[in-house]
Amino acid sequence: MESIKKELPLARSMCWHCQSDIGGEYFCGQCVKVQPLSKDIDYFTCLGLPRKLNIDTVSLETKFYELSRAFHPDFYVGKSEMERAVSLANSAILNQAYRTLKDPIQRVEYLLRLEAGAAKDIPGKAPADLFDTILEIQEHLEEFHAAKSEGNAASAARAGDLLRNARKALEAKRAALESRLAELFQIWDRLVEKKTQAHAYPAEKEQTLKEMRDLLSQRTYVTNMLQNITEALE
Amino acid sequence: MARIVGIDLGTTNSLIAYMKGKTPTVIQGPEGRTLVPSIVAYTPTGILVGDAAKEQLVHNPEHTVYSVKRFMGKGLADVTQELQYFPFKLTEQNGVIRLQFGNKALTPPEISAMILKELKARAEAFFGEEIRKAVITVPAYFNDSQRQATKDAGKIAGLEVVRIVNEPTAASLAYGLQKRKQGTIAVYDLGGGTFDISILKLKDGIFEVLATNGNTHLGGDDFDRRLVDVMMLDLKAKHGLSVEGRPKLQQELRVRAEQAKCRLSAEAQATVHVPLPDSKGEYRRTFSRAELENLVNDLIEKTLAPCRQAIKDAGISATDVDEVVLVGGSTRIPLVQQRVQALFGKTPHCELNPDEVVALGAAVQADILSGGIQDMLLLDVTPLTLGIETMGGAMSSLIRRNTTIPTSAKEMFTTFVDGQTSVDIHILQGERELAKDNRSLARFQLKIPPLPAGVPRVEVTFMIDANGILNVTARDVRTGEAQSIEVKPSYGLSDQEIERMIRDSFVYAKQDIQERQQIEAMNEADLILRATEKALARAGNLATPEERAAIQEAVASLKSAMTSVDHRAIRAAIEKVDKASYSLAEKLMNSTLQEALKDKKLSDV
Repeated sequence: MESIKKELPLARSMCWHCQSDIGGEYFCGQCVKVQPLSKDIDYFTCLGLPRKLNIDTVSLETKFYELSRAFHPDFYVGKSEMERAVSLANSAILNQAYRTLKDPIQRVEYLLRLEAGAAKDIPGKAPADLFDTILEIQEHLEEFHAAKSEGNAASAARAGDLLRNARKALEAKRAALESRLAELFQIWDRLVEKKTQAHAYPAEKEQTLKEMRDLLSQRTYVTNMLQNITEALE
Repeated sequence: MARIVGIDLGTTNSLIAYMKGKTPTVIQGPEGRTLVPSIVAYTPTGILVGDAAKEQLVHNPEHTVYSVKRFMGKGLADVTQELQYFPFKLTEQNGVIRLQFGNKALTPPEISAMILKELKARAEAFFGEEIRKAVITVPAYFNDSQRQATKDAGKIAGLEVVRIVNEPTAASLAYGLQKRKQGTIAVYDLGGGTFDISILKLKDGIFEVLATNGNTHLGGDDFDRRLVDVMMLDLKAKHGLSVEGRPKLQQELRVRAEQAKCRLSAEAQATVHVPLPDSKGEYRRTFSRAELENLVNDLIEKTLAPCRQAIKDAGISATDVDEVVLVGGSTRIPLVQQRVQALFGKTPHCELNPDEVVALGAAVQADILSGGIQDMLLLDVTPLTLGIETMGGAMSSLIRRNTTIPTSAKEMFTTFVDGQTSVDIHILQGERELAKDNRSLARFQLKIPPLPAGVPRVEVTFMIDANGILNVTARDVRTGEAQSIEVKPSYGLSDQEIERMIRDSFVYAKQDIQERQQIEAMNEADLILRATEKALARAGNLATPEERAAIQEAVASLKSAMTSVDHRAIRAAIEKVDKASYSLAEKLMNSTLQEALKDKKLSDV
């Protein structure tokens, strides 16, 4: 708890209420008023975490609950308008931070935004090794829809079976992408740990971020494809 | 801090509760009943709410409004399919439904406000103090317009709505407080008009909603209609009778159907008796439980898809749910319990009173907000995805469904034409791809200083607060100044309209009181006039000529006072008649006494 308090970047270094100095605590040491989080606060810092990709979700939840108890508007109903506004804004930031970091994919996408200034949504890209498979799937999907609209049950069933097989191939690919991503999580975290010793390892970091971005982009493509197949078969 | 009460504003019944020490308790009415039927009736002698209004359902169907919650935050087009079932008249103005109520066309929030006022009065009588603040519950799946309409109803009733709480989450608070359980629970809430499913994680006093889903147009009312449909066909076939143009018959069928449905939860069969119009005798129909189940099976089935979606969104499987809690009167139906049990693979809990648990939870939340309970915290979610319409009519999502609230999203806007001074933003809620398939919440007009195209940069913040209600603010990024935005709600009341309704509700209340006083004074005047005339006719000879003249003068002035609408003048004239006829009345009394005694022996007296 203490360590979080020290690391929280606040909007101001002076209490908005009594003007005393505040050194990162989210309650003023003098008047105990809640302090607004900085608009530029990053989600890792908000939840008192280093920018690592492997997160213990149980302690993340504990921290989230702890901060919720500090900021939630339920505890500010009878307070001043300013305190209520701060509570609302802080809670909104906290909730977004928790939601983003809880999910590993959203977490790494967010890290890419922070570290490499990536766009909010990473566009999908077809995995090169699956190029032929993807073309086949497109064909099967068309066949399946055509057969369905013509009421041709036999060819719809055949195309359906082919799609189900293709789905397995895609799921295997996604699993492979995710397992490589997990390896990169480890590599990234080691680089972050080393950084605290002496060097920043910019080249290694950049390389890792680039590969993660590429994997995510392929994963998005595969996921969309799977979604299309599932929707067609339902 | 001022007292905050908890209110369950239900489709069929409403309740008001408070925290009695550490126990949430429902406030009872004068007859010991906790439920206030959510029914409002307009009668020539005044407005009735609750049980008294319920009695008007069959006799006064056109002016007795029920299930008004189904119309909250809606336009007429949203409810066309069910219009045939309602005997009262509905119209629309500025995207808001109006209900014909006496000679006024009132909005659903105004009708709901009458129910809230009744609850408020009940609590005020109980505490002997004015109640100004309340927590009000809504179905979890209510959209922004429906939540806003509920908040408006509170305002019109003279209540500050401190918090809008979702019904299933409120139920979980009452449940969690009582059981002190940890783990994952599912709350299945099937009420009179709405269905909700919420999946929550209970840990160390935190009630975290993982996912919620539902249908705000599915409930016990729909079950009743299935029975009504059968009876309508029957009546046509056997008696050649149609309910069209017969609102009393229509309402009678609905009321009987509801009663039969309730009986069938405990009994194997139930018989409906309906008196036919024009003394055509009686219509009788026996329903078996199996028949009811057959009729409503698909409706119950319709609740299961939202359950599965919520389980999926929560990132768990059905077997991960530790406990299933049933809420809402419709969960008394055995088939509902069976289906829920089959879905989750465990016996659902129904030991808490399904009618009261939501109000009790609202009282718990009210206590948390007043600083009473400090170790419990509810973290709820927004039930529907919020987005804006983009070029080409697609919806671009800003805040995904099941995001913990409060939450916010920012979006940057600029101009496409030199000197453009405004940008229109269309806000939507829903899960579909195209804007037109989602719910339109509001249109905003963003004011922008005239500059070359692409230069202005206005950041718009969409904030969903802890009530699940959207607030929009805009800021010019270059200057850092707040930008004004003009809001046009698609299905809601403007601030000015609400202000007018608050004023009207006072004026009407005043008018109502005056009308009642007038009626009472007139009744009393009638009574005294008849009595005086009778006395003069029977015993005029007992009065002196002066007395007689005085009486006649007083009677004449009372009659003239009665032509006015001033109840005070009538009262004053009544008093004059009273005084003038006092001695005559006395003499009359004595003589009557003597008459009575004349024929009797002393011993009989």
